[in-house]
Amino acid sequence: MSAQQRRIRVLMGKPGLCGHDRGIALVVMALRDAGMEVIYSGRHNSPESLVEVALQEDVDVLGVSILSGGHLGLCERIARLLRERNVDDIVFLAGGFIPPEDIPQLKAMGVREVFRDDARLEDIVRFVEKAARERVAA
Amino acid sequence: MKRAAANPSRRNVHPGRNSAQAIAVTAPNTTLPAGILQGDRRAIARAISEVENETAAGDAIIRGIHAHLGHALVLGITGPPGGGKSTLVSELIGAFTRRGRSVAVVAVDPSSPFSGGALLGDRIRMERHALAERVFIRSLASRGHLGGLSRAVFRVVDVLDAAGFETIIVETVGAGQSEVEIADIADIRVVVCPPGLGDDIQAIKAGILEIADIFVVSKCDLPLADRTELELNYLVGLRPDRSRQPRILRVTATTGEGTAELADAIDAMAGACGRRREERLRERMRRMIAQEAGDAVRQRLHGVESAKLDELCAALGRGELRHEDAVAAAIRLAANGGA
Repeated sequence: MSAQQRRIRVLMGKPGLCGHDRGIALVVMALRDAGMEVIYSGRHNSPESLVEVALQEDVDVLGVSILSGGHLGLCERIARLLRERNVDDIVFLAGGFIPPEDIPQLKAMGVREVFRDDARLEDIVRFVEKAARERVAA
Repeated sequence: MKRAAANPSRRNVHPGRNSAQAIAVTAPNTTLPAGILQGDRRAIARAISEVENETAAGDAIIRGIHAHLGHALVLGITGPPGGGKSTLVSELIGAFTRRGRSVAVVAVDPSSPFSGGALLGDRIRMERHALAERVFIRSLASRGHLGGLSRAVFRVVDVLDAAGFETIIVETVGAGQSEVEIADIADIRVVVCPPGLGDDIQAIKAGILEIADIFVVSKCDLPLADRTELELNYLVGLRPDRSRQPRILRVTATTGEGTAELADAIDAMAGACGRRREERLRERMRRMIAQEAGDAVRQRLHGVESAKLDELCAALGRGELRHEDAVAAAIRLAANGGA
């Protein structure tokens, strides 16, 4: 059987109570237009359900968008659950209203990269492509 | 369920109860078939990717689970875009898990013909089941395949079947007229008909309406639902074959009205579809063998340096040989190892 081209799979979701989904919708569309298969799980996802969905969907990348200010607590929980479920090889990205001074702390938790609200879509796409490729090669 | 009792070792489709053991089984592809049979969720998820990407590991997985197929009840859900398929699937997950059954869902959404990318959003409607212990939901992109499903969906269903899920629900992309492939994969086919499409009922009557075992009039809180039900009744009444009359059921997923009745109707049909399931399994095996045999023939014909094959091609090019005779000769050549 001829092998299909392997597509990058990304899960995008919004943990916590923040309902502003315009930003994540833009990123979802940009990733789709770059040829990726993007599972969008919508708003108000719990960290537990995001990690379980990431596992079931066998994604390369998990991206979360948080504009509520709850990023430290939410990302910490997601990173811990990824480790506990033994799926911390999934590239974990965060975006939204995130103060620059919080970024080192997020990275120390296991967030691979942070895209603030001034990030360019092309940069996000390029980063996801590169990180997913490296993950498959590893 | 009866089958689960007969295979007690295969009931471990829970993330929580046995997760320590489940995690230990993951990783190398060689153990994937074993992991699938034990219901290890990560192994199942990985295996689905391998068969979807049609890798060598995926082929090995399918070979490793051949003997464990044909146990699940496969339910097909199709209907027009925005008709309420995903919402109905979510309702059915609830109904079946309440009846103590494990449920797997394969939800197909279209790939972009331009970028090849896809936005898979069916599971937003099923979010409340994301953490259910005996539920597994997987989104697939159609990857350019027409017919309402994706090329790999048969194999994905096989993986979930082998993993011991009692009910497997396959949701097609939004379908209109000729996306009837779901008929080949499902034991019971449900066609969702939202109200308000008016003449579309007429337009699609030669297509997916023909494959339905059950029609579900969705969104029955809308005023035009009565008319849709009436039109379906009229349509069904026109059928000459009275032995296989589809049921027509009303569901309002927002209130849950009609869901239990739909689950009852499915259960009632499930008992009677044993023969169809046997036929489907036989057909499935035939398809698998035909595909692998075809691949083997193709590989040999491409790979082998054969004077006879060159001769055959030359004769075909000169018009001395009929096309079908050349093909028959090539198959014989491949069977003899290209000698």
